[in-house]
Amino acid sequence: MTKTEEFDATPLSVDETRTLSILADMIIPASDEYGAPSAGDAAIVEAILTDSERKRPRLIAALSTLEGLSREAHDVGFGDLSDEQRDGIVASFRDEHGRAADMIAALTVQCYYRDDRVMISLGMEPRPPHPDGYVVDQGDWSLLDQVRRRDEFFRKPD
Amino acid sequence: MSEEPVDVLIIGAGASGAAMAWSLADTRMHIVCLEQGGLMNPLAYPSTGRNWETRSLEDFAISPNQRKMPADYPINDSESPIKVANFNGVGGGTILYAGHYPRFHPSDFKVKSLDGVAEDWPLDYASLAPYYAENDRMTGVAGLAGDPAYPRNNAHKLPPLPLGKSGETLAKGFNKLDWHWWPSDTAIITEDYDGRAKCINLGACGVGCAQGAKGSADVTYWPHALRAGVELRTRCRVREITVDDEGMATGAIYYDANGDEVELKAHVVVVACNGVGTPRLLLNSKSKQFPDGLANSSGLVGKNLMFHPYAWIQGVFDDELDGYAGPNKAIRSQQFYETDAARDFVRGYTLEITRGMGPVRTAQTGMRHGRIPWGADHHRDFRRMYNRVTGMVAVCEDLPEEHNQVTIDPDLKDGDGIPAPKINYTLSDNSRKMLDHGVARATEILEAAGANDILSEAPIGWGGWHLMGTARMGLDPKKSVVNEWGRSHDVKNLFIVDGSIFVTSAGVNPTSTIQALALYVADQMKIRLANLFD
Repeated sequence: MTKTEEFDATPLSVDETRTLSILADMIIPASDEYGAPSAGDAAIVEAILTDSERKRPRLIAALSTLEGLSREAHDVGFGDLSDEQRDGIVASFRDEHGRAADMIAALTVQCYYRDDRVMISLGMEPRPPHPDGYVVDQGDWSLLDQVRRRDEFFRKPD
Repeated sequence: MSEEPVDVLIIGAGASGAAMAWSLADTRMHIVCLEQGGLMNPLAYPSTGRNWETRSLEDFAISPNQRKMPADYPINDSESPIKVANFNGVGGGTILYAGHYPRFHPSDFKVKSLDGVAEDWPLDYASLAPYYAENDRMTGVAGLAGDPAYPRNNAHKLPPLPLGKSGETLAKGFNKLDWHWWPSDTAIITEDYDGRAKCINLGACGVGCAQGAKGSADVTYWPHALRAGVELRTRCRVREITVDDEGMATGAIYYDANGDEVELKAHVVVVACNGVGTPRLLLNSKSKQFPDGLANSSGLVGKNLMFHPYAWIQGVFDDELDGYAGPNKAIRSQQFYETDAARDFVRGYTLEITRGMGPVRTAQTGMRHGRIPWGADHHRDFRRMYNRVTGMVAVCEDLPEEHNQVTIDPDLKDGDGIPAPKINYTLSDNSRKMLDHGVARATEILEAAGANDILSEAPIGWGGWHLMGTARMGLDPKKSVVNEWGRSHDVKNLFIVDGSIFVTSAGVNPTSTIQALALYVADQMKIRLANLFD
């Protein structure tokens, strides 16, 4: 019982972090209409980096794939592409490397939707469920009257 | 290192091990329970932090292969469309379960007689009824008497969980179709009970209940068992059950928290490691007397693995519902539970309402189903779903088939070097038809309730919560592993009490029946204490 699964949490390089930030912004950009920040916001990217410890090698590999697609198509890194070029590269990334793209999207939303600013923009209290909990309406129990009038309908083996 | 033999060794401190330990404690025997995981600390549960939804995918994930904590053992489930879910720690799978706590129906014990499939159980509903009642009392169960889908019983129930907006919305859908629904029997206390505080609607039942309102075995049976003198040793992983020349169990060899090998001798051994862990342990316990694994003269250890194939069907509504607040289960329907000759499958399923989702799961689900895009429209479409999704799952009865099985993987090992289990499982034609039927009927209900969009998955690939049938009970030693009161046909001081001993799976969550069976077996042992090994 002594051996623990070890996770390779190699830190991201500056370029990898920039690529991640740009991609996160493309997944969830800021919205003035809803008063919501971009997922590429520094605090949210920091949360993604913390949350990704268990899957760091996969994250780095995914970012490397994205970077490779960019260099192959345009001879420059993902961070130096125009918006239009980025849209094309990300479309290819999602088409050809769907699992990697989905993994980054999943990481992004799990950090985005616990950010104070985002929770407030959704009308949520920025707090964990415990210890205060929530109120749930009892609902209309008279709806059960219709079912109460039914006869028993389970099978009796004997 | 070895020590004086104990009277009873229980392996596994989950639902069944806990019930067995508590029940046997009144014999005043020396009872030791070995558990590979640790004691849980509710204040460290995910719902105490902002990242609770993230942790449901990491250290509190339902898959041991994803969780990868020190207490976990890997499972090769690459050859199964349904992946195993479990939890290793005091309380076992009940730490993560939703607390859905229905009983089996009388017909579930007689499937061969009634429908000509599988086997009948060697006991019936009436035999288990008093143990269901005792188990309900120990656990604290919310619900409502009078369900026409079940025989009447006098078990004490706490007030039902709130319907909430989601339950009310779906109840209207059921009523429009004139289909059955009823408040779920749920192991979540709605009033303070047995020293535990009532539910405060944290909504994070599936990652451990920080309130202690959910009836996980660590907060129900274990405090009583420990006070009654049962000794619980945590972070002790059993490698094998040992036997003597006469073929009797003599105890077990385990690795303690330091990784040291320890031999513990016992007069009686009770295995309570779940439908995958139990066959793994028995198949790893090979000896001169039992070259094919312990208690395996029938060749059925590991065979007849049953999950409950689940279908997941959710509707998006215009109005705000409950979101993730409140226990996940509020109501259930057994309109399609019993066999109907007009359908193209035998047996049936329960529709269990699932209340709603947190924001992270909403986003991930919406993206996976193509409802929430990347880019500027993400916000609009997320808000179209957030707090506006509710629906149900269809819990389908799985029939036993020998080719669905647990074996020992030739290469995979856990952190102590103990060979790990491998799952081979295929979805039967009957299950596939039942899943399709469940999706179609649930879609009708959601439409009747006013859903503007419907999402579904069947089977839920990651939803192998219920592990049953791999050491089944029966009267015939050639067709079963344990007898009608849980004792191995081959080894007369070896008992099994978890979901392994199920003959069939029924179409409901198994925990209530697992624990009732454990109490039943414990009573049978106590009744026969003077001649237990005859």
